[in-house]
Amino acid sequence: MMPVVAIVAGALFAGAAVGALVRVVRGPTILDRMLASDVLLTILLLVIGAEMVINGHTRTIPVMLVLAGTAAFSTVAVARYVSQQDRRPTEEEKP
Amino acid sequence: MIDQVLDIAAGVFVVLGAALSLVAGVGVLRFPDALSRLHAGTKPQVLGLICVVVAVALSARSWAALFLLLPVVLFQLLTQPVAAHMIGRAGYRTKNLRTDLLVVDELADDVARASERQERAAGRQSRSSGKRGRASD
Repeated sequence: MMPVVAIVAGALFAGAAVGALVRVVRGPTILDRMLASDVLLTILLLVIGAEMVINGHTRTIPVMLVLAGTAAFSTVAVARYVSQQDRRPTEEEKP
Repeated sequence: MIDQVLDIAAGVFVVLGAALSLVAGVGVLRFPDALSRLHAGTKPQVLGLICVVVAVALSARSWAALFLLLPVVLFQLLTQPVAAHMIGRAGYRTKNLRTDLLVVDELADDVARASERQERAAGRQSRSSGKRGRASD
């Protein structure tokens, strides 16, 4: 049964990753790119878990742990940068 | 027998998580603005991850694996809302949203009221400082 699961899940993950990657390339603003790369990182997290199920081992659980703990930091940093860039003109407008 | 059932359940959960991530990929690709893409993108981050973690726990069947997997879900539940909030905040502030798609924008009223109050406070302050300036002259 596991080869079937591997093929089906692999196809679904590949479609998802292609969608997120196209949005990273095309995204009109930096926020869209950051959001899509966050989704791509989540897909990577899910692929690591699925690979553990399919091959029947538990060696990469620590990788999942670290990825889940630190995935959000890059998004927060970029979002802060975007809002700071945006706020500067309004603060200069103020007398 | 029970091992077979658990393996089948693990496979079903893996396919479910993969389907959710495909939904997120299609949504991120097809939705019109950053805020609706945010809605699509957060689907695999919580429910898809929970599905895959349940699948790993079902296929590993050990307490050690379970105690390592619970923090994965916990960290994701703690940090992902912060990231989504920051993206939504930055998207609203940079006007990176299509207002014609919104049904209701409750934040706009509050922002208008707050900026009005701020302007009034700034006007009072500049007037009082101007008076003081003249007095010192």
